[in-house]
Amino acid sequence: MVAASETLNPLATGWFLENAWLIPIVPAIGFALIIFFGKQLPKKGSEIGVLSMLVSLGLAAGAAYQWIERVSSASYEQFVEPVVRTWSWWTIGGVDLTIGQSIDGLAVIILVVVTFISTLVQIYSVEYLHGDRRYTHFFAALTLFSAGMLAMVIAEDTILFILGWEIMGLCSFMLIGHWWEEGANSRAALKAFFTVRTGDMGLLVGVAMLYFASNEWTTENLGVSGFSIRGISAWALSGEPNSAVITVAAIALFIAAIGKSGQFPLHTWLPDAMAGPTPVSSLLHSSTMVVAGVFLVARLYPVFYTGLDILGPGGNFITVIGGITIVIAAALAFVQSDIKKVLAYSTVSQLGYMMLGLGAGAWLPAVFHIFTHAFFKACLFLGAGSISHSASHHSFDMKKDMGGLRKVMPITFTTWIISTLALAGVFPFSGFFSKDEIIDNVGNNGYTIFMIVGLIGAFMTAAYMTRATYLTFFGEARGASAGEHDDHGDHATDHGHGDAHSAHDGHGESRGPRESGPLITIPLILLAVLAFGSGFLNATPFGSSWERIKVWVEPRPAVVMEVAPSGPGESIGLPAAEGHSDTPCGKEAPAEGYCFAPKLEHAKFKWSKAFLSLGIVFAGIVISWLLSVALYTRRSKALVGLTERNKLLGAGYRLLVNKYYLDALYEQVIVKSIVGPIARAAYWFNQNVLDGILHAVARVNRAVSGWLYRNVDQRVVDGTVNNSGRATKGLGGVLQPIQSGKVSQYGALLFAAAAVAALVLVIINT
Amino acid sequence: MLVNQFLFLAAILFCIGVYGVIARRNAVLVLMSIELILNAVNLNLIAFAMRNGSPDGHTFALYVIAVAAAEVGVGLGMVLLIYRNRKTIALDDLSEMKG
Repeated sequence: MVAASETLNPLATGWFLENAWLIPIVPAIGFALIIFFGKQLPKKGSEIGVLSMLVSLGLAAGAAYQWIERVSSASYEQFVEPVVRTWSWWTIGGVDLTIGQSIDGLAVIILVVVTFISTLVQIYSVEYLHGDRRYTHFFAALTLFSAGMLAMVIAEDTILFILGWEIMGLCSFMLIGHWWEEGANSRAALKAFFTVRTGDMGLLVGVAMLYFASNEWTTENLGVSGFSIRGISAWALSGEPNSAVITVAAIALFIAAIGKSGQFPLHTWLPDAMAGPTPVSSLLHSSTMVVAGVFLVARLYPVFYTGLDILGPGGNFITVIGGITIVIAAALAFVQSDIKKVLAYSTVSQLGYMMLGLGAGAWLPAVFHIFTHAFFKACLFLGAGSISHSASHHSFDMKKDMGGLRKVMPITFTTWIISTLALAGVFPFSGFFSKDEIIDNVGNNGYTIFMIVGLIGAFMTAAYMTRATYLTFFGEARGASAGEHDDHGDHATDHGHGDAHSAHDGHGESRGPRESGPLITIPLILLAVLAFGSGFLNATPFGSSWERIKVWVEPRPAVVMEVAPSGPGESIGLPAAEGHSDTPCGKEAPAEGYCFAPKLEHAKFKWSKAFLSLGIVFAGIVISWLLSVALYTRRSKALVGLTERNKLLGAGYRLLVNKYYLDALYEQVIVKSIVGPIARAAYWFNQNVLDGILHAVARVNRAVSGWLYRNVDQRVVDGTVNNSGRATKGLGGVLQPIQSGKVSQYGALLFAAAAVAALVLVIINT
Repeated sequence: MLVNQFLFLAAILFCIGVYGVIARRNAVLVLMSIELILNAVNLNLIAFAMRNGSPDGHTFALYVIAVAAAEVGVGLGMVLLIYRNRKTIALDDLSEMKG
């Protein structure tokens, strides 16, 4: 024990790491300030939102810097303990529930991404939503949304995790339904909320199961409760858990991830969520909301590793769902004419890649894909917003209102092209380094079928993005982008921009398509730079010295001998240096000590494999380009109307346009089949059982009362009653004014009587 | 133990709630005031549970929260219906129960 610890270096720490809990607190305070004082401020609260996100970004950057120092202070193969601080939140029945932060590589990388994208989106929104009628509320919700995501990311325990998760769910509802005057928008918000909630049940079930299964073990061995994520991770790899329990818990948690991350079959809410303002789409669908599900799987990875037998032969629940999602979402992206819906399905498909990577044991490539995807997808969404804001008169319809925009919007066009190439995975843009790594590692871990699925997905991604790019920026200008300004109602489509933006139209109408202002283009340029360059942080093809993210983020699967009790300021454990590369973690339980991460293999990079996938991507781009030119510009006779002429293609097209009929299945079949019978059963019960009882009782009553009436009532009672009636009438006359029918007056009487009764009680008892 | 402070806070909340129920005309504000009253009770339950060191009070408080959620659901539903029928939610106008 002592001998082992001699070879270890003490881990560096610092103020930013110790106080990372401030990162979500700052925007939370910002939210409160905006709500209470926002409307009185000169910029209507947006300055607080932007400022709080900037402070958070600074704190996150500081934490990232110090985390890198901490990792470099550790020796190679040494487990780098997360920086943990916990506080007792509340005590109930002897159970101490704690709240706290646990900062490790995964938390740091997501913190940086989320704060960075949030800051840019807020700056962008200052211009984009200028003059909106709920401007202040928009910034309040946006800020709280970021706070929720950040709280979830730093969470040490599953309780804070759920808290952040639910805050995001609530805020997404508010933001998607921001323009709720339009019925379609509020329906989309409700749909998003309820669909995600369906999955959320899985989160509650999974967390409760993990708590009851692991609490005893974690309390005894690590001194933390069964809510602690570290505790659960160590427990999952200890060989202790009952395999049925942990499998069911992992499935329940993954159902939550399916709902939140828009995986098949709960992906239907995500495209509808495009009803929100474009900055919201950009924030929700690049780095926060939808990434939460992927983050859940990455965070509690040991649970899924053990529970779903990741790296086992043949594939598992996660890889199957991820693989299906990649292909079906990419196929849907081909039939959309709304530019934002193309991007939405593309997001669903990319999330499928992340899930596939996680399910197939490619943890680091999946996390790295979160990182790169956030930049280029945010850039694409903001680019779409820039087009609708300045060129297409608030329309998102590519076929009707766009086309030929590359000359009028050079900055938007350039950033869009860079991000599209990154998304398609073209070397040397960032998407290549992450997506190709996922596909490569999936194949390397023995899942050949899923590797082929990934390659098909890459082909489709390149093709649908080429189609969208062609429709938007090339060809001839159509509709609004050609300067036509017909009636408002024609353009307001289903996005509710019409009246919400009326303050805008004054200058929009007069000038026609043009480039957006600097508050919109500067975020675009920053994101495009990162969409190009962020891949070099983990550029596997250039050798291991380029794999920085791998060193910084991936938890090292070393056996930890002893864990120091967590508490404010104390976080340095005593990891053992033994068992360098032949660590038992993952495959079997450690004989002594604890594992916090399973050992995962990394595929060796080969240019031959990379050329194969690059070739597929180029094929996708070229084929799609030729088809787009033929179909949309030359209106080639062989292609136009093909879906009407060919039965098979027509059926496929209708299937895609109707989104595989999943919406119909959910709304018509499932909801109706549940709601209908319940209503009918309740009606039947009411008509037959309750009414039957009532009728029987009534008949008996009538018989009895008839007898009573004739004998008792008429003779005995009436005499008495007539007299008392006279007395009551007099009294009633006195009391009548009290029966005013005013509820508040009744309430006052009620409380007065209660107060008198309480007083009497006090007097009696003393 | 700091039970006193909790009880004072609860009493203040309760009084604000009672004032709201009596003095407000807006039905939604009355519902909110009722929430305040219920939560003042919750606070009392928790305060005494802390003093006695037993989880009973917590359990009751959780029940109260659940019931209160249902109550608000029903209440808001009624308010909505009243609004649809009469285009107002001022409680003073609802005096059909006059004797």
